[in-house]
Order: sequence, then structure tokens, then C-alpha cells
Amino acid sequence: MKLKRSIGERVAGFVRDWSLPRQLRGEDGSREAAASTMSRGLRPRLEQADTIGTSICPYCAVGCAQLVYAKDGQVIHVEGDPRSPINEGTLCPKGAATLDLMTSPERLTKILYRAPHSDRWEERPLLWAMDRIAFLAKRTRDESFVKTLPDGTPVNHTLALASLGGATLDNEENYLIKKLFGGGLGMVWIENQARV
Amino acid sequence: MPSLGASFGRGAATLPEWDIANADCILVMGSNMAENHPIAFRFALQAKERGATLIHVDPRFTRTSALCDIYAPVRPGSDIAFLGGIIHYILERDLWFKDYVLAYTNISTIIDERFQDADEGDGFFSGWNEESRSYKYDSWQYQGEIVPSSLAEHYVNTTESFSEKTKRMEKGPPPRDPTLQHPHCVYQIMRRHYARYTPEMVERTTGCPRDVFLKIAEELTRNSGRERTGAICYAVGWTHHTTGVQMIRAAAIIQGLLGNVGRPGGGILALRGHSSIQGSTDIPTLYNMLPTYLPQPHAYKPHKTLKDYIDSERTPTGWWHNFPKYAVSLCRAWYGDNGSEANGWGFDWLPRIVGDHSQLPMTLAIRDGVIRGLFLLGQNPAVGGHNAALVQRGLAELDWLVVRDTGETETASFWYKGRPVREGEIRPQDIKTEVFLMPASLAAEKSGTLTNTHRLLQWHDKVVSGPGDSRSETWFIFHLGRRLKRLYATSIDPKDRAIQALTWDYPVEGEEEEPSAEAILKEMNGYSWQERRQIGSFRDLKDDGSTACGAWLYCGVFPEEDKNLARARRADPPAGPGTHLGWGWAWPANRRNMYNRASADPDGRPWSERKRYIAWDAAQRQWTGPDVVDFDPDKPPDYQPDWAKDPEGMEALGGDCPFIMIADGKLSLFTPSGLKDAPLPTHYEPVESPIQNPFYTQQHSPTAKIWQRPDNPLAAPEDPRFPYALTTYRLTEHHAGGTPTRSVPVTAELQPEGFAEISPELAKLYGIANLDWVTVSTPRGEIAVKALVTERVRPFRLDRRTVHEVGLVWHFGWQGYATGEVANILTSIVGDPNTSIHEGKALVCNLQRGRRGEGS
Repeated sequence: MKLKRSIGERVAGFVRDWSLPRQLRGEDGSREAAASTMSRGLRPRLEQADTIGTSICPYCAVGCAQLVYAKDGQVIHVEGDPRSPINEGTLCPKGAATLDLMTSPERLTKILYRAPHSDRWEERPLLWAMDRIAFLAKRTRDESFVKTLPDGTPVNHTLALASLGGATLDNEENYLIKKLFGGGLGMVWIENQARV
Repeated sequence: MPSLGASFGRGAATLPEWDIANADCILVMGSNMAENHPIAFRFALQAKERGATLIHVDPRFTRTSALCDIYAPVRPGSDIAFLGGIIHYILERDLWFKDYVLAYTNISTIIDERFQDADEGDGFFSGWNEESRSYKYDSWQYQGEIVPSSLAEHYVNTTESFSEKTKRMEKGPPPRDPTLQHPHCVYQIMRRHYARYTPEMVERTTGCPRDVFLKIAEELTRNSGRERTGAICYAVGWTHHTTGVQMIRAAAIIQGLLGNVGRPGGGILALRGHSSIQGSTDIPTLYNMLPTYLPQPHAYKPHKTLKDYIDSERTPTGWWHNFPKYAVSLCRAWYGDNGSEANGWGFDWLPRIVGDHSQLPMTLAIRDGVIRGLFLLGQNPAVGGHNAALVQRGLAELDWLVVRDTGETETASFWYKGRPVREGEIRPQDIKTEVFLMPASLAAEKSGTLTNTHRLLQWHDKVVSGPGDSRSETWFIFHLGRRLKRLYATSIDPKDRAIQALTWDYPVEGEEEEPSAEAILKEMNGYSWQERRQIGSFRDLKDDGSTACGAWLYCGVFPEEDKNLARARRADPPAGPGTHLGWGWAWPANRRNMYNRASADPDGRPWSERKRYIAWDAAQRQWTGPDVVDFDPDKPPDYQPDWAKDPEGMEALGGDCPFIMIADGKLSLFTPSGLKDAPLPTHYEPVESPIQNPFYTQQHSPTAKIWQRPDNPLAAPEDPRFPYALTTYRLTEHHAGGTPTRSVPVTAELQPEGFAEISPELAKLYGIANLDWVTVSTPRGEIAVKALVTERVRPFRLDRRTVHEVGLVWHFGWQGYATGEVANILTSIVGDPNTSIHEGKALVCNLQRGRRGEGS
């Protein structure tokens, strides 16, 4: 078995593999005539995906459907869902950047805590933060809760707690926010971007 | 959207985005649709390819204008003068669609004879109370009847008892004069009201040349009638005004008069800006509503007990007669077996509002130390909030602040990077606020539904986990609720009963104990209390505690166990009906085009073959068509209520009443109830305006919400210090407050910094060249940006003078890769009387060449 091919063989092989002469001869350049050893070796990146999910674009309210591809728990590609009657596979410049949003180096991964009067962030455990926030919410609520107005009209509310945000969130998230904050804690300052 | 709700019955887009492709004429106004909703704009272009006329009316020439057949410039805030001119044109040339309008709108209804138009009152309608600076609505009512509003707040503030008087509506149909000769019928009132909105007045007020205006009026009216339909698309270019609700109302009147509502290719498409902004209005993280348009109980309204609440909010006629079923089922879902008939199924525990608790007064309450703890769940008010310096100073008054987002927002970093800190006004060590910045998950990192701009619920899957400690808001709220329930478990204080009683037993999944989003959606959909069986339709909800339903309008999205219709992904094939009933699920009841009974004539026949949609099938005795009918499916078109039998609810609406959420079933051209500023749209100037109101001595809307205080100063009309019209806007590449795009390298690179667009004429006055630094100022403050000198912005030539305009991009802040000064430093805290939405689209400013002092 010859390990090295001669120059002549190599040139002949290249010309055989080169797609241009075939296309110049009139073969269809959008079909096999365009194939080469390199192109035959190319595989779609999405073949590597082990998970595909349907998603909805996180930006505006048009509701473009997306397909999200992941491999080993990491998202590798996001594209418009061609089945959607809204976007038919397309995305705008923001929607097309969804992968970059998900993988942005600016994304937070840890709880950052700033103590009163401090000049720095400190990392804190998630469960510590949850306990601390629950404690603060209860304390502020207990200090400010109003059962009735002076004339006896029931109000059952606190004016010292507020929540802002929701238009970027799921319906299920908004439902729990309104249920806990309004129906459970008696908060009335509950608002989102619908007015901005 | 109270304007659409008060006009048609439901406050949402009437048609699906894809139906825009079936329009014969499309007016885009208050929206730069090509740049801000580009994917939806494809349908406008498809319509254009099929021969439709596209019209763009806007203060700036944009890429939307470039793709339209006609572009009309209008001065910021002058939209009602323009739209009123269209109404004038339609009425005076008798171009309204008579068969539709006479049957389906309140044009022939007779209004209380005490009603006085704003023309007679020099800008004030009858009922004005100077002391309370608000209207009493008695004289806006139908003759002899009070009309309950179709909005969440059905209760009408009149001098007489609401519940007593509305019951009269059961006794007979509203008084009408089909000949339209009665001087107090809506037609005659509208003709008188809009008499002054001539093409000359339109030109004087808006700066739009009258021949362009007339061309647009001609196109809109030409594309109306049995054979043709037109659609109107708007966005925050209409809502962000102190007269925003009335701008949309004017559009609703035009669509009513042209017979465009409920028909294919016709209607109004509200283009909303966030992925679930419709969903978060339906499932309201808003102060004044409970889920799906039930009013939040109010301390100063007859809402003391469940019975009072129902008595004052249930409408005697129309769909909202079902109100008690929805209210009781909601309480059941929230308080479960802790609710009983004795405590109004838990209604007694619900907090009562005492006034306006929306974002603008919230901003002031934070600044004034009333609010001490704040949760920010995916919102960035240091950039997006109006009078942003006041917002930032306010954050320093909080005891604690929780920010949940995907990155470090401007709001989270206010205490060391905020403008008052950078400019030396306060130091971090003086700021007491305890701040928690928590990473949040994005759509593909959690499961759930989003409701898009045309009411379509679409499920998204969790595909991957968010990085590190990222969690969904369901996780955060659920686990916070668990902790609070534990902390309150042993309390015997009655104030803690609500949190103890709250149902909170959602199943959790995985190591992170993520609550099941499907379980939450199932609760929103509703189920029978005893059997825990999913309910298929809100028609099956009960007011006796036997059903639980967290959001009645969403009932049907999860009709059976394991049947989540928000997951449906079956679009129609190209030759199919094109309503895509198998793609996602749209409220209400999976309807795509609302009010579609109006797509047939009063006898139930299609208006034309070309515009066939829903029609009465006499053989089957039911309504049929490619969509879910928005009507009692077997109510014949010739049905008329028997008033001798005191009909209630839907029985009181005839077979020719397509607007079933409205008490008389008719589209409200004239809105007797529900809106706080006017029964008919009329032109007022923005609170800050470069000119005097050409229509009245009254300069701005008398009901506009104005919080004038030293830290929110306002420019007087024609203030010589601030001579230019200022409007703010957005870019394709950035999203709102910028967190999800300025921190993303690719989008930041596409639009790296903020700028102000000015005309060559204005640039010449100051010797400003393209890309020079300029300083834009208002009474609230000043910012420095680059100048983009362009003919896309033109001076407005009004009556005797020229008004220059400055267009300012507002996404920017100090975080992320694309930075710039916060434009909302310039804006003020004033609001629409109905919605408390700010006026970011029409202000006044001054301009200087060069960059404001260092430290910026």
C-alpha cells in the first residue's frame, strides 16, 4: 500500500473532487454537482442536540415560536419555529439573539447581596437569601398592616410593600405573584409594565 | 386597555396578527410597526402584495413609513385632532356603513338631555366637578338608564345608587331613534361634536398637510362596506399620552363607523411590547384588578361584603351578568375550604385598594418613604421609570429591595452607579437600602405560558436549566410563600388569616423543587371543587362554591386532565381556513376574531362572499364558520328579548347584538360609562406642549393625572425655555429598559449608543453637525446624546408658526455593553386619567450644542 500519492494523482483527485468543472459542464449546481469530499463530511450542527424544545420569543408580544436545541444541558441553538403561523420560522434581530441572551457573559449566576450602607456586593447562598427576604417581608408587613380605616371600613392591606414587574413573565408566574402578594399578604402596590 | 374595553367590551386586540393580511387598508398610527413588531408587520406587507393600501401616520418618518403607500406627519400628541378629522369626514360625507352601524352600534341611542358637549363647555363636558377635578357621569347616560361599564370596574360613579338604577335596563331596550333625527341621539351629538374637526383644523393642529389628510380619509372610507375591510394597528405611540385612552377610542369609533369590527381583515390590533404584557394584564400583576377583569375590591365603593361587591358589579344585562360565578370561583381557588358562605368564600380577606396604586404614584410613595420593601420582578425602573432621577433617589429611601433579573440592572446598581451617586449628591455609605440581586430564568429555562398581543396562549418548554442559582418566578414566589406560611403558621391575629388560608399545595418537580407550571395553569383554568375535575368552559362555572377557577377567561385552556391546549402546535395548511384554531389557545374560548357575530348581517348572512366568516345556518339552527363564534351558538339572528318577562344576562340581548360584554350588546360609539375623561374623544394638548390648544381655552385634559411637586416640575404651555416638541422611541435591536439586549454582545454591537434625531433645519439653528454631542433638557433635568441630523424628522408647520421636533431613543443606561444616558431623566410623572400611563411620547424640551458638564 502506497502511503504517499504522487503529485499527478493528487491533481487528478482534486479535479475529480472539484465541483466547478461539473457545474460548468451544465450539471445542476444546487444538487450533487456541488458536492465535494469536504461538503460530504459536513454535518448539521443541530445533529448534536440531545434535546429540542418549543419556546416563545422572550422579547415583544408578537409571540414568535422558537425551537431551542440543547446538548448536555447547554443550549446550542435557537431558531424560529417554521410551523408557527405567526413567524413561519423567522425572527427579528432581537429574537435571533435569544441564544446570545441565554449565554450572555453578563448573566448572573449567584445571589448578590448588598448590606445597608455597604459599598460592595457579596455572594450569598440562595436559601439564605430566601429566608432573609421572607423575614423582611413579614416584618415590614406586620409593622404596616391596616385592618380597617378609621370609619371601620375593612381594608386588610399593607401600603409598605410593593411589587413591580410581570409583563416579561409567564401567566403562571403572574398568577402566583398576584395570589401570594395580593390574596395572601394584602399588598396593593402590585404593578407591571402594562402602564409603561 | 380600557378604550377597547369600553368601546367593544373586551380590552384586547380584536383580531389575530395573521388576519392583518386579509385587510384592504391598514392604518398604522401610534406605532412604528416595521421596526418594533417586524414579524407582525410581515402580514401588513402580505396585504400590500394583495393590493391593500398601507398608511403610516407618525411624528417621525421611519422604516414603517418607507414601506407604506402614504405617510402623514403629525405633531406629537395631536392624534385625536387627526382622527377626529376622519370621523368628521365620515359623518359629513355620509360614508359610514349604515347597515352595520344602525344595527350593531349605539348610534341611534338617545342620551340624557342634560348632556353638554365639550364645545359648549370650552373643553369641559357636562358633569364636571371643579372641587374633585372629576366628572359625575349622570348626564352621559342613556336617557332614563344608567349603563354599567364593560370594564373591570362596572360600577358607575353617579349621584344616584348604581345598583338600583341599572336594574331599569332589564325593563326594556335603551331608548333609540332609528331615524337619527332626535337631537340627543348619538349620531346628532357626534355630528355636532366633530363639526369643528375640519381638514383645515387638522392641518392647523397636527401639521399634516390637508391634501395628505384627505387622501388618507378617502382611502379609509373607500375600503369599508360589505366587500371591504380595514384594520388599525397601534402601540405605545398611542398609550403613552395623558389622552392615550381617547386616541384609541377615536380609532374604535372610526372602525365602528366603517363597520370593520368582528370581520376578517378588520378591527384593531394593539401591538404590545413585552412577551406576556397581555397575559400580565389578564392575570393582572396590576393593582386594580383580580384575575381576568374582576375589579379589585375598593374601600370607597360598595364592596364591603361579597354580596355588596356582586350587587354593585354584576350587570343586569349582557355577559357580565355571570359575574358572581367568576368572583366566587376565584375565591374558591385562592382560599379553598377555608372559605365558606359566611366569609364570602374568603372575599373578606382580600385587600381593598384606597386609590391609585399604579407605578407613577408608587414611584412617589417610594420616594416619600411610604413603601419600605420592594420586589422588582423583571422590571428596571431606573431606566424605564419616568422622572428617572426621582426614581433613583427613591430607591435609596427603601429599607430593602429585591431585584430578580438575568443581569445586574441599573436599578440593582443604583446605590453605587446611579446618577445621584455619580454626581456626588449621595454616597453609598449614606444609603440604607438592603439589596438582593437574584438571577432569574428565561423562557427556555422554565415551563409556562405566555399570552401574546392577540390573546394567544402559547406554552414554552423547559429545555435547559438557567445558570447557577437562576430560578423561575414560580419557584421564587412559591418558596417565599411556603416560608411565609411557616412564619405565620401559629399566629392568631386575624390579619394573618389570609396567608394561612391561601391554597398553596402545588406539586414540585426535580431537585430544585420547581412548582409544576401545569398545576398552576390547571388552577387558572378551573376545576370542580369536590371531584377535582378540569372544567371545559366558563359556561360551567358556578356561584355556589362547587367550582374553583383562578382566571375565568382562561377557562378552556386546560379542559381535561393531560390536555394542555396552550401546547397545541397544529397550524392550518395553506389551503385551510387560516384561523389556526389548533395553534395555541386564545382567550376567550379559543376565539381568534372577537365579536365575529358582526361578520354577518343582522339576518345572519355574510355581508359579502368576499368577507364571509361566521354566518347563521338556518337548517342546523346554529352559527357556523371557521372560528369559534362569539355569541350564543344557537341564538337565532331574529331573537328579540321578551321584555315583559324581565330577561336577564344574555337573554336580554337580541340576535343582533354582537358586543355581548356590553350591557346593551352594541358597540359604544358614545361611551356613557367606564372612562373618566370623556364620552367622545376630543383634542387636548399634552400636559407639556409647545402650542396653545387650538380647540378650547382648556389646554390639556382636565382629568389628566398631574403630580406637580418640586421634584417633578412641569413646563407651562408655550414655555419659551422649552420650545421644541420631544418624543421618545425605541429601536429594533433593543428591548425596553435594555437589560436583555444591551447586555448581549450582538444586539449591543448593532445599536451601541443612544442618540437624538433632529431635522437639518433645527441643527442649523444651533450649528449642530451629524454625530455632534447635544444636550437635551426639560424641567426635570438634562442628558447628553449624539445628534443624528436627518430629514426623517421634519419641522411641523402649524397655523402661524413652526414647531421643531426632537426624537429621542430611550433604551439606554449605564449597564451592559451599549450604554448611554437615561432618557427618562427628562420625562415627567403625569398620567392618563383612566390608566395612569405616563406621557412619554409628547413633551417639550430645549436643545444645546455640546455635552453637558462632566460627571455625566
